[in-house]
Amino acid sequence: MVTCLNDALFPDAAKAVVRLLHRLGVDVEFPEGQTCCGQPMVNTGYVEEAVPVVRNFVDAFAGYDAVVTPSGSCAGCVRHQHAIVGRRSGDVALQERIAETSPRVYELSEFLVDVLGVEDVGASFPHTVTYHPTCHSLRLLGVGDRPTRLLSQVRGLRLRELPQASECCGFGGTFAVKNADTSVAMGSDKARHVRESGAEVLVAGDSSCLMHIGGLLGRQRSGVRVMHLAEVLAST
Amino acid sequence: MTSTFVGMPAFPEAARTALGDSQLRANLAHATSTIRAKRARVVGEVDDWEQLRLAGAAVKDDVLLHLDEHLVRLEEALTANGAVVHWARDAEEACAVVAEVARSHGVDEVVKVKSMATAEIELNEHLEALGIAAWETDLAELIVQLGEDLPSHILVPAIHRNRAEIRQIFTDRMAAAGRPAPDDLTDEPARLAEAARLHLREKFLRAKVGVSGANFAVADSGTLVVVESEGNGRMCLTLPEVLVSVVGIEKVLPTWSDLEVFLQLLPRSSTGERMNPYTSTWAGVQPGDGPQEVHVVLLDNGRTRALADEVGRQALRCIRCSACLNVCPVYERTGGHSYGSVYPGPIGAILNPLLRGVGTDEQTDSLPYASSLCGACYEVCPVRIDIPSVLVDLRAQVVDAPRGGIPKPEAVALQAAAAAFSSAARMSLAEKVSGFAGRLLGWQLGRRGRTSLRRIPGPGAGWTDARDAPLPAAESFRSWWKRTGGRDA
Amino acid sequence: MRDGVSARDDILRDVRRAVGEARRPVDVPRDYRRERVVEAATVDLFAERVADYRAEVVRCSLDEVEARIAAALPPHAQVVVPDGLPWAVPGAVPDDRLTPAHLDGLDGVVTGATVGIAETGTIVLSHGPGEGRRAITLVPDLHVCVVRADQVVAGVPDAIRLLDPTRPTTWISGPSATSDIELDRVEGVHGPRTLLVILAG
Repeated sequence: MVTCLNDALFPDAAKAVVRLLHRLGVDVEFPEGQTCCGQPMVNTGYVEEAVPVVRNFVDAFAGYDAVVTPSGSCAGCVRHQHAIVGRRSGDVALQERIAETSPRVYELSEFLVDVLGVEDVGASFPHTVTYHPTCHSLRLLGVGDRPTRLLSQVRGLRLRELPQASECCGFGGTFAVKNADTSVAMGSDKARHVRESGAEVLVAGDSSCLMHIGGLLGRQRSGVRVMHLAEVLAST
Repeated sequence: MTSTFVGMPAFPEAARTALGDSQLRANLAHATSTIRAKRARVVGEVDDWEQLRLAGAAVKDDVLLHLDEHLVRLEEALTANGAVVHWARDAEEACAVVAEVARSHGVDEVVKVKSMATAEIELNEHLEALGIAAWETDLAELIVQLGEDLPSHILVPAIHRNRAEIRQIFTDRMAAAGRPAPDDLTDEPARLAEAARLHLREKFLRAKVGVSGANFAVADSGTLVVVESEGNGRMCLTLPEVLVSVVGIEKVLPTWSDLEVFLQLLPRSSTGERMNPYTSTWAGVQPGDGPQEVHVVLLDNGRTRALADEVGRQALRCIRCSACLNVCPVYERTGGHSYGSVYPGPIGAILNPLLRGVGTDEQTDSLPYASSLCGACYEVCPVRIDIPSVLVDLRAQVVDAPRGGIPKPEAVALQAAAAAFSSAARMSLAEKVSGFAGRLLGWQLGRRGRTSLRRIPGPGAGWTDARDAPLPAAESFRSWWKRTGGRDA
Repeated sequence: MRDGVSARDDILRDVRRAVGEARRPVDVPRDYRRERVVEAATVDLFAERVADYRAEVVRCSLDEVEARIAAALPPHAQVVVPDGLPWAVPGAVPDDRLTPAHLDGLDGVVTGATVGIAETGTIVLSHGPGEGRRAITLVPDLHVCVVRADQVVAGVPDAIRLLDPTRPTTWISGPSATSDIELDRVEGVHGPRTLLVILAG
C-alpha cells in the first residue's frame, strides 16, 4: 500500500520500500486497484464519502498476507477508522471484510521488526540524521523505538536527538489548511528543533509530516533535507 | 464589569489573533512546559497509574449509564443530611436558584470558590445584573475578574498573564473592589499572593452566603467534595451561614470508596502534585460546624444532550484536571480564549459542541477542527477520554448537519477527491493531469533554479503562505510500476 | 416549574432517553493497589513527604508531645484549642463558638488528626473531638497538628476506608499554596501559612 500522497508526490519513498523489501527477500506486489485509505475524508468529517474509498481499499488488498505501507498515519486510519466507516455504511459484508483486512496492515517499521524480525537491514547512510516520531506512529500505532532501532543499525549513520521530539509537527491533514496559522506555528517550532539538533537530514515515517516540516525548512533556507525512513533504510 | 465569550469569532480567526501576541505565547509556553514536567514526574512515581485510569474511566461509565438512579440516590442522601436539592435544566434556572437564595437572605454580595459550572452558566454576570456582587476568591479567578478579562484555562484561568501583568492589575484595580493593593507591591509571586490574601480576607470574614461547585458528589452518602489549593475554598465552604453548590449532574460518584481512585488521579493530573493542599468534603448540614443552610443545584445545561451522543458521552467522564490543555500543542500556541468558552483546549473542543449541539453556529462548529489529532490529550487523560476519536466523530456531525443544503467549497473538493479515490482508473487519470502540470511547473521552476513551489493560487495559498509545496512527481509510482513492474527500484 | 413539568422530572426523563438501550452494568477493574501494609518505612515516608510541601515536621515520642507543642508556639501566643485535645497547650483559648473575626485575631491553633497518608504527605481531619470545627484550623495563621505514628497509613485507599463520609473532612497537604502565577508553587495564601506537624510515637 503505497498511499495516495507517495504515489503522486513522493514516489521515491514508495520505490525505496520496494527496493528494501526486495533486498530482504520479500515478494512485493502493488495491487493497481489501490487508491487511498480514506483518511482525508474521515478526518474532515466526510465519512459518507469515505465509504466507497474504503470499499475500494478492501477490494484491492483482499487476500494478501501482509499489507505494508510507508505511513504510520495511513496504517492508523486503516486499523482504527475503517471500522467506523464500515458501521456508517450499514453494509455488514463490508464490515466483515474490513475486519479481515485491517489487522494485516503494517507500518513499515512494524513490518520489518515484528514480522520479518530484522533490525539490521544492511543499509549504509553516512550522514547526520535526526528522527521525528510522527504522532500516529507513536501514539495511534505505538511503534515505540522500532524506527530508531532500525536507524541505529545503518552503517555510517549518526543519529542526533531531536528536542521535544514527541510533539506534533502541526500537519494534521486538512488541519494544515483549515487552521493554517496554527499549523505553521507548530511546524516552525518543529523546524527550529530540527535545526538545533544539528542534523543534515530529518527522517520520519510519514511523507505528509515531512512535506509540512520540509516545506518550512525549505522556506527558511535551512539546508536540512527531509527523507522518508524507507529511503534511508534502502540506501546502500 | 465582566466580559463574556458571546460573539467570539470561529477558532481559526481567533487563533490568528492570539498567535500574533508574542507575550501571550511566551507566557503559555513557560507555564505549560512547567506543569507538563511536574505532572510527568508525579505520575511516573505511581506504579499502578494505568490501573487507576482504567478504574476511573469504568466508574464514570457506570455512573453515566445509570445516571438517573444515581441522581435520585444523591438527592435522597442530601435531603436526609439536611440539604435542599434544586434541579436546573439550564443556566437560567440555575442562576435563578442562586439569586433567590441570596435575595432571601437580603445580601448584596456572595463569595465564590472557583467553579467551572458557575463559570459555564455565567452566574456572576447574572447576579451582577440583579445588584449582587459575586467575589471570585481563587487567585487566578481574582486576576481575571479584576482585569475584566476572560478565563483561558480550566485550572489556572489567568495562565495567559505573567507576574508583571498581575502586579499591574492588582495595583490598578484592587482599590475599586475593596482593600487596595499594598503601595510597595512587587511582582514577586509570594508578594502577589499576600496581596490577594489581604484583599480577600475582609470579604471572607463578613460573607453571609458562599457559592461553590463540586468536584465530586457521592450518591450513597450525599457527600460533596471540593479540591483546591489556596484555602479560599475552605473559607467559602466553612465561614458563611449559607452555602449554595452548583453541581453538574455528571459529577456523581456511586460510593465514598470511589474517591480512592479520583483523589489519586485528579491532583497528579491537574497541578502535578501528589496531593493538592486542601480537599474539603461535607455531607449537607453539620450541626455547629460550617453553614447551617445548604443548597445543592443539580445542573443539566446540555449534559443530557451530550449523554445521548454514543461516541461523545465519554466526555462527561471529565474531571476538569486540564492535563489535556497542558500537553496540547494547539492550546500552547493559541491560548484558551481562541476556543471562545470557559472550557478551552482539547476537552473544550469536544465538550462545547456536545453541550450545545452542532450545526447552529459557526464558532461551535469550528471547534472539532481545532486539533491536529496528534493524540497527546488522550495519552494523559486520567479518565481515558479518547478525545481524537470524539473529535473525528463530531467533525462528521458538523458535515452531516447541513447535508442537502448548498455544499461548501470544501465539501465539493473532498467529494471530488473521494470520487477519484473510489477507483484506481479515475485516480490514475487525475495523477496524469497533475504529473503533466508538475513536469510543466518543474521545467519552469528549474529555469529559475528551484525544485519546489513558493505560491499556489486559490485555496492552496493557505499552505504556501509560509511553506514551500512539493511539485507533483513527473511520474507517479503507479505509472512507474506499470512501466517497470518494480524491477528497477 | 416550566410548562407544568418540574425540572427534576424533565432531567430524569432526558437522562433515561439519552442512555436508552446503552444501559448496562459496567465492571470496574479494581486491580490498583487498594490495601498496603504499614511498615516502619511508611512513617518515615510520611514525614519526608509532609516536609516536601515545606511544612515543618518534628518527630518525638508520645511523652514529649506537650513539650514540642510549647516549643512550637511563639512566646505569649494565643492559640485556639478544640474540645477533647489530650495535650495541655500554653496560652490555650477554648473554642467557645468563636466568630471568624475573633479567630482572625488569634495567633494559631493546635489540633490532633484522624489519619496521615504517607504516599501523599497528607493529614486528614474529621473535625471530631481533639480536631474541632472546620473554621478553627482555617482562619488562624499557624496550625500545629499532632499526628500519632499509629495513625499513618500507606496510601489514599487506606485512608478512605477509615473515614466516615457523613462527617466533614479536611485533607491537608502542606500549608496553603497556589500555583496560579506562572504555575510556580508559592506557599501561603488564605489558609494557615505555617503548618507544623508533630509526628509522635
